[in-house]
Amino acid sequence: MSITSATASELLAKMNSGEISSEEITSACLDEISRRDGSINAFLSVQQEAALEKAREVDRKRKAGKPLGKLAGLPVALKDNICSEGVTTTCASKMLEHFVPPYDAHIVEQLKAADAVLIGKTNLDEFAMGSSTENSAFKTTTNPWNTAYAAGGSSGGSAAAVSAGFAPLALGSDTGGSIRQPASFCGVVGLKPTYGRVSRYGLVAFASSLDQIGPFARDVTDAALILGTIAGKDRRDTTSLDAAVPEYTSTLEQPLKNLKVGYIELLHEEGLHAEVKEATLRALDVYKSLGAEMVPITLPHAKYCVATYYIIAPSEASSNLARYDGVHYGYRAPHFENMIDMYAASRGEAFGDEVKRRIMLGTYALSSGYYDAYYLKALKVRRLIRNDFEQAFQSVDIIATPVTPTPAFTIGELVDDPLAMYLADIFTTSANLSGIPGISIPAGMSKNNLPIGLQLLAPPLEEERLLRAARMFERETDWHLKRPV
Amino acid sequence: MDYTVIIGLEVHVQLQTRTKLFCGCSTKFNPDHPNTQTCPVCLGLPGALPVLNREAFHLGMKTGLAINCEIPAFTKWDRKQYYYPDLPKAYQISQYDLPMSQNGWLEIELDPETREKKKIGIIRAHLEEDAGKNSHDESGRGQDSKVDLNRCGTPLIEIVSEPDLRSAQEARTYLEELKLLLTYIDVSDCNMQEGSLRCDANVNLHVHQANGETVPTPIVEIKNLNSFRGVEQAIEYEVQRQWKHWQETGLSLKDVPKETRGWDADRGVTLEQRGKEDAADYRYFPDPDLAPVTVTDAERERVSQELCERPADRRARFEESYQLSVYDAAVIIDQGLAVADYFETVAESCGNGKQAANWVTQDVLRELNERGLDISKFPIQPDVLAALLQKVNAEEITIKSGRTVFQELLNYPEGVPGIEQIQNIIEDKGLALVSDTGELDSIVQAVVDKNEKAVADFQSGKQAALGALIGQVMREIKGADPKAVRELFIAKMS
Amino acid sequence: MSVSLSQDDVLKVASLSRLKLSEAEVNSLGQQMGSVLKYIAMLDELNTDAIEPMAHAIEISNVFREDELQTSLPREKALSNAPQTDGNYFLVPAIL
Ligand SMILES: [Mg+2]
Ligand SMILES: [Zn+2]
Repeated sequence: MSITSATASELLAKMNSGEISSEEITSACLDEISRRDGSINAFLSVQQEAALEKAREVDRKRKAGKPLGKLAGLPVALKDNICSEGVTTTCASKMLEHFVPPYDAHIVEQLKAADAVLIGKTNLDEFAMGSSTENSAFKTTTNPWNTAYAAGGSSGGSAAAVSAGFAPLALGSDTGGSIRQPASFCGVVGLKPTYGRVSRYGLVAFASSLDQIGPFARDVTDAALILGTIAGKDRRDTTSLDAAVPEYTSTLEQPLKNLKVGYIELLHEEGLHAEVKEATLRALDVYKSLGAEMVPITLPHAKYCVATYYIIAPSEASSNLARYDGVHYGYRAPHFENMIDMYAASRGEAFGDEVKRRIMLGTYALSSGYYDAYYLKALKVRRLIRNDFEQAFQSVDIIATPVTPTPAFTIGELVDDPLAMYLADIFTTSANLSGIPGISIPAGMSKNNLPIGLQLLAPPLEEERLLRAARMFERETDWHLKRPV
Repeated sequence: MDYTVIIGLEVHVQLQTRTKLFCGCSTKFNPDHPNTQTCPVCLGLPGALPVLNREAFHLGMKTGLAINCEIPAFTKWDRKQYYYPDLPKAYQISQYDLPMSQNGWLEIELDPETREKKKIGIIRAHLEEDAGKNSHDESGRGQDSKVDLNRCGTPLIEIVSEPDLRSAQEARTYLEELKLLLTYIDVSDCNMQEGSLRCDANVNLHVHQANGETVPTPIVEIKNLNSFRGVEQAIEYEVQRQWKHWQETGLSLKDVPKETRGWDADRGVTLEQRGKEDAADYRYFPDPDLAPVTVTDAERERVSQELCERPADRRARFEESYQLSVYDAAVIIDQGLAVADYFETVAESCGNGKQAANWVTQDVLRELNERGLDISKFPIQPDVLAALLQKVNAEEITIKSGRTVFQELLNYPEGVPGIEQIQNIIEDKGLALVSDTGELDSIVQAVVDKNEKAVADFQSGKQAALGALIGQVMREIKGADPKAVRELFIAKMS
Repeated sequence: MSVSLSQDDVLKVASLSRLKLSEAEVNSLGQQMGSVLKYIAMLDELNTDAIEPMAHAIEISNVFREDELQTSLPREKALSNAPQTDGNYFLVPAIL
């Protein structure tokens, strides 16, 4: 296997045996980026010099036998809504085109402490709002399997980077499926941890009660490896959980005994693409063949997830994005009549359509006279949705569902129909609303040679269970070994 | 026709923490070094998150308990959203429907003569973060405004009274009592110059009509009240303005939305503030970045234990236990906790509350004033003053000599004088009271012999002549007991 | 729940949101918001009277930091991303 298609664990092993250096790996990734990112558009910026310098430093330390972090010498790409000190962090918005954070996100500190090589910042839907990375103010990321198709979103750049061989690992953020959906479209592993498992400090907020940082990797083992380095309590994030972080990689190869897999019968028959349905059923068969018990479950409020999500997420977003007013940082319009006009002109000029749409929706849902009917109502339904999961996890260990109703769509296909785009979040938003962890793993290929993912969900803080269950499936299949040509 | 004035106050008080409400930046008042006390959190930078300051919550609870509020078992944080350059997140983290304390009261004394008291209801007291400071171009040429975020994120407690106040004077008294209480319990320095205590007043009139009906006039919120005098003057002005307005227009509360006016202290008027076009739709919602706080009975009890005696209670106790006049008790209490403690120590150890009050309100306060000192820096320790007063009580020295010793103690060159210095001074200055008639007799006789004219004047009925004679003896023996001297003179000259 | 948004509604929300919109944007946003709100109206089917609202994904409480000083940013860093400063303050067009 070539450097750019190897997994992080394979590369680590080769570095440790002296077969290869971090500098060689980093250079290979950088070469691949300069060769192919012109058509993939995964990156908004590449920190070539800093990456190579870090790689050489790690190589020196490794040679000298000095202690090294868990990700020593591995290139990692960061979604460009994660603040890194001194490195432009744009959120793919004209608003933050020139924003240079004076501080590192918690996970950036963790990655640096783990001796990772931060290679570049990846493209996303503006402020992580979208499911196709078409809402970036700067470029549209394409699907490495077929550039006419969308990479998915909002973490499309990170998913594409791992899929295309630009970096063995990447981080993204998932507010309503923004890690799992692009992972599924690009044929990589994408994990959304439990809300609070990973500190949000330094993640530019979209919807604070839903946002969660998580990894992209080429297999489950790598996802476990990087999750172990970024998870854990951070005192700067009130909502980060004070719970011990298990050594995920150490238990990964132990299959779960008497595993009960929940599945939903007659799952959303109407909108579900036949090939996705087939892949999901095949996946259930794999678990059955491993001795797992298949348990039909009902999630009575699942059909309300999208509606609930598209009240809560825009409401929080309307508040979180109010700070971009052209005063303390970010874009300021060149022409305005007075201060209020300066605010409105700056925001009107620098935000893209989808961001404006969500700010408007959220402002509306929170405004006087509508709060109870929209926002408060959604918070109540949110509890019903969470209760459904609590109920379901009484009788099953994990739940298996599709990630998306269809394989990747073509670029431009849904961009003019926001509601249709929103409806595609039907399987992913529930995990964010209820705070539970979810993973997308490669589980099939469409006739058009596009990857199809399988989503597994587990109760809060059961990432270890989730990863082991995912690994059980992965060992029996070879979807994760496929690479785009 | 006449009217009743209806006033409710919203008071913002800065809590005495080292660091801001949600980040570790200093809360020091530092306008000369703008934008040096900020971090990603209080700058509202993308990605930064708030974490609640434990001490701020604790001081908030202390405040709530001091103003007799319930502290609910559950409280949470909400975002109040509006755009202004001193508010970098474009929302203020505050508390909306579930404040940390509510339903309290503060008692004020309406009239020192009649001792009439009144309980002013307190609707709620909640924690919130302060904004930064904008400074505007005063030249009128429309130059840019400047924004300093040093203050942004400083913990405030907002105390909202019921509309129970009935005059500008009452409002002022309430505010003064509140300030005294909060400095007493040590939650705030309430420094109005530095903006640690700020006040907005909601004012309207209930007009009593001839037909027996009462009509409320539109409510006006007056902002920018940053002195006690300003509060009083602004309300007085506003009452007159509203009365006139009512007579001209007859508009009632139902006809006009709440209006915000600013107090212009220089011109002595309230001015309409340019209406915020969005009519205050703050779109409050629970802050997803912060966790709620729950309070147990045990914690509530523990914080109550920390509260010292409230000033109102102490005032009453001073009157009662030390037989102080209403006036003296008020003067002492209103000086703040440290002066009251000083007084109480003196009173307890000299055994005479009235005497202690006289000395503290006159001599001690005068010296503090003249020297620009705080009681904590006053050179005469309370036990030393008490020892001095005991000597006066025991008639070991005269009151006049007592004052001399007091001055000597104040000017004691070698640090803080101890009790033993009193005796040293008395001896050095010969201030010990001499009432031994044997010793005094010869001096009185000598004075009588030397002052024939004065003696004759006295004998012809001019009482005033006696004073001059006594004065001569007192100059001779500083510690002479004036009563004894007087008696000796009368005996010799009659 | 009303689901049709008039142009005035859109303009009012835009003003609350401090968004200057073109006429075309006002029209398309009105339509798009209307269709999303129509979809969202499905929540009306559910009786949620007895349900506690859930504002957080996880239930945590009493998370504090101690009142301890942390280093603040030097002024030039605090101002480094500002569109306009005089080196000491953020500058904005005259507020009053
Ligand atoms: Mg307030
Ligand atoms: Zn700060």
